Amino acid sequence: MSDDKTLAETLAQRGISRRSFLKFCASIASLMAMPPAMAVEMAEKLAAARRQSVVYLSFQECTGCLESLTRSHSPKLEDLIFDAISLDYQETLVACAGHFAEHILKEAIEKNDGKFILMVDGSIPLKDGGIYSTIAGRTNLDILEWVAPHAAAVIAVGSCAAFGGIPKANPNPTGAVAVSDIIKDKPIINVPGCPPIPVVITGVIAHYLTMGTIPDLDELGRPKVFFGDSIHDRCYRRPFYDQGKFAKSFDDEGARNGWCLFELGCKGPTTHNACATTKWNGGVSFPIESGHGCLGCSEPDFWDAGSFYTALSAPTKDVANWAAIGVAAGAAIGVAAGIANRSTKTETKRTRKPLTVDDLKGKPKS
Amino acid sequence: MNIFDILQWARGTGLQIAVVIFSVGVLIRLLEMWMLNRKPDLAEPRASGTLGGWRTVFTRSAPSMVLMKKAGLLLVSGYIFHLGFFIVLFFFAPHIRLFHNMFGVSWPALPNGIIEIITILSIGALFALLAHRIMNPVQRFLSTFQDYFVWLASLLPLLTGYLLLHTSDFSYSQMLTAHLLSVELLLVIFPFTKLMHAFTTFFSRWYTGAMAARKGVTV
Amino acid sequence: MSTSLQQGLAAMIDKIDAPIASFFNSCVHCGMCADACLFYTETGDPKYTPIHKLEPLRKVWYREFTLEGRLLKMFGLAKAPTDAELVEWETLIYDSCTLCGRCSMVCPVGNDIVYMVRKVREGMVASGHAPAGLKEATVRSIEIGSPMGVTADTLRAQIKHAAKDTGLDIPLDKAGVDYLLLMSSAEIMQFPEFMGAAAQIFHQAGVSWTLSSTAYEATNSGMQIGSSELAAVLVKRIVDAAEKLKVKTVISPECGHAYTALRWEGPNLVGRPFTFKVKHILEVLDELRAEGKLRTEGLETERMTFHDPCQLVRRGGVHDQPRNLLRMVAPDYVEMEDAGNMNWCCGGGGGVSANERAEPLRIKVFSRKKKQLDKIGVSAMVTACSNCRNMLEEGLEHNHMDIKVLSLTELIAEHLAK
Ligand code: SF4
Ligand code: SF4
Ligand code: SF4
Repeated sequence: MSDDKTLAETLAQRGISRRSFLKFCASIASLMAMPPAMAVEMAEKLAAARRQSVVYLSFQECTGCLESLTRSHSPKLEDLIFDAISLDYQETLVACAGHFAEHILKEAIEKNDGKFILMVDGSIPLKDGGIYSTIAGRTNLDILEWVAPHAAAVIAVGSCAAFGGIPKANPNPTGAVAVSDIIKDKPIINVPGCPPIPVVITGVIAHYLTMGTIPDLDELGRPKVFFGDSIHDRCYRRPFYDQGKFAKSFDDEGARNGWCLFELGCKGPTTHNACATTKWNGGVSFPIESGHGCLGCSEPDFWDAGSFYTALSAPTKDVANWAAIGVAAGAAIGVAAGIANRSTKTETKRTRKPLTVDDLKGKPKS
Repeated sequence: MNIFDILQWARGTGLQIAVVIFSVGVLIRLLEMWMLNRKPDLAEPRASGTLGGWRTVFTRSAPSMVLMKKAGLLLVSGYIFHLGFFIVLFFFAPHIRLFHNMFGVSWPALPNGIIEIITILSIGALFALLAHRIMNPVQRFLSTFQDYFVWLASLLPLLTGYLLLHTSDFSYSQMLTAHLLSVELLLVIFPFTKLMHAFTTFFSRWYTGAMAARKGVTV
Repeated sequence: MSTSLQQGLAAMIDKIDAPIASFFNSCVHCGMCADACLFYTETGDPKYTPIHKLEPLRKVWYREFTLEGRLLKMFGLAKAPTDAELVEWETLIYDSCTLCGRCSMVCPVGNDIVYMVRKVREGMVASGHAPAGLKEATVRSIEIGSPMGVTADTLRAQIKHAAKDTGLDIPLDKAGVDYLLLMSSAEIMQFPEFMGAAAQIFHQAGVSWTLSSTAYEATNSGMQIGSSELAAVLVKRIVDAAEKLKVKTVISPECGHAYTALRWEGPNLVGRPFTFKVKHILEVLDELRAEGKLRTEGLETERMTFHDPCQLVRRGGVHDQPRNLLRMVAPDYVEMEDAGNMNWCCGGGGGVSANERAEPLRIKVFSRKKKQLDKIGVSAMVTACSNCRNMLEEGLEHNHMDIKVLSLTELIAEHLAK
């Protein structure tokens, strides 16, 4: 629950040193491509900030995003951010249940009306009146349309909230849509990923707390500082791509030599995310480093973008058979056209009068 | 509709549509041509027309030394462009993936660096060809809208393909989309323009070579 | 019936075949054919680009024989050539193309452009747009027997002269011989030495031969004007005579297009293979040479060259024979630049020489031959086509060039071993 203490006070209470707090700020600042001097300023601003109220709604989701955010095997710096915010409602984390929980949500909205940040994970099913995901008898749509107008800004956490994600994958049985498909009049920050990188979420919140604004977004509503570069741009295997050295299977010579995974279906070139720089599990590794191509999870409809193991340059649909059908159809039409051509010729030959020497004597008729 | 949707369309449905139009169109063009037939030649031949035809199919690819003097730039650029386009199309690793995916066959690729140089050369050659088309009185006289359109349609896949290797100013997705769409444009207009020469030139050469060979002339 | 636009278009439709469709499909507008055509190189006017001369035919092909063309035609968007266009193209097709076939040698996509020019002429003549000179020549050929109006009586008179000059018997209508020799009217009228030369050579070689009073004319104006029907009438005369006289071989004289008309188009025009062989006089002479039956003495001391008649060499395949023969009497003869299959036309082939309207252009483009000759500085030029001979003499005179033009057959006859 939010109280009036500043972050500095809270941290001091919990025995966290100023040094480690500065270190955290420095890492966020560098991630967000700010000059190092900004880290100090950020630390000051953050320390002075009142704890920001956050309401976290979960819709049609798998809780993977929340896991990513909270379940680290050892305490990490980004956990600190939880001290900077007051997570006023999170269905999974909230201590109570049932009507009490509902009451807390109502209270949080009223208390910080127009000021709280709304975080959403999961997509919103619209089909059949939205009955595929309900909480306390209310559809996700209903809840979202009730809460969002009261929020200062919305952060769509994970690819489901940002783009519809896996629930929206073909044939989208629940009619799932993204937050941005419903909420049109609030700033929305998309933090896609399946799941998203935890430090990216905390970075976005830190930015809001220190600057009071939402970061620069790309055309898909993603913060440019984290999603500006493609995985491919930052990939350490890139030199092999440029040399045309590709692993052809997961256990061949090329794979052992760490060559580029393009031919094994890596979606790095079309995927914008920070995996290649921040990495996962406390900077241990990321998929490509572990020998598997990028799945492209931070891009819209990544689940329907063809097989994970089909090279980007290969078609996502069956082209060869269509080509064969085209050849067959072309042959049929072509033969018909050929027959028409022949009959034009025979008909002309039949009706045309052969030239005689007399024709060369008279004047031509036009 | 965002760029990712367009990319998915271009990689899937768009490609399907383009390939169908291409194959239907080419087949029609070839059949309506073949079925016009030719009359059998009743004159007693000096040599086999069939063999002579095949010979000309190959020999006409050699530069005409007589013209080298007069139209050197045109000839050299023509060679660079055609060879370059062919090499890039068939020996760039991602392209081989495409063919492998479609037809199940693959072959060794050339390093990207070499492909890149060849692409630049081909683009340069295309511009030289355009300059020649605009400056040479005969080519300017002969040229129609189609000639310039086909020029552009041939340039775009090379250009977008080149930029795809240099993604600093453009997102890879945007360029890949542009690249795929430009290739699809090329496929779609192919059967209805002079691009057909990629197929019919072999028949033209064969007919010409066969007719000449029967007379004992090597052309 | 009379000629009309409709008949002209019908003739083109009738003649369009798979090669023509392939050629139009293939053209990339590279313009290289222009550099091969003397009408372009000598005038610099792009309208003389060979493939451009085919524009009416291309329109007909596109409109009638392609699916898009047919569709566009339904909406009135694919237009047929108009009469006015054909009038405009008449000069391109008849005056500025000698059917030399040089363009067909260089086209990178392999188009046989001159094959198409020949077919466009079918449509032009059927539409009434053929040059007056060619029309008249064709009428004379059909009605009198020769484009220059040579009759059988004229032939008989010439036979008498030649027999007197050579002291040899010149057989006429003799059945069962090996060879039937045809003549071109130019040879009968302007170059009468040819008949005697042939008689001497055949006498020395000891072969049996004859002339015919019904088939003496080898040239074929019908083919030049572009009418297969009329060309067939003329070929038929020769076929009838050859079959009646039961000769083994018909000899086409020193004339380029006559050889093409009889040897390559002939069987196709009459619709059946010949029962006899057709050979150019130089082919026969070269065979005799190889068999040792043609013996010469003495060598030319002049600096000479050989002009390749287009229809004989590039379009006819008689390339080595003239060179073998010339070497017998002028071993040091020099070749011009581009000699052989890429030699330049005299400027008067394909009926251009019979077309008075084309004369100024024809004289102008002779500059190409002049350039070739200036480079090698010869005092005599040997050739094997009486039309070339006429054209070359005219061009040389016009340019005040002192070069003799000789017939290869006559040159050989002068050197016959006694
Ligand atoms: S592994 Fe993937 S991201 Fe890395 S260079 Fe290759 S294609 Fe690009
Ligand atoms: S055949 Fe000869 S004259 Fe006619 S267009 Fe071709 S090059 Fe020119
Ligand atoms: S050379 Fe061949 S391809 Fe080029 S313009 Fe002439 S006909 Fe067309």
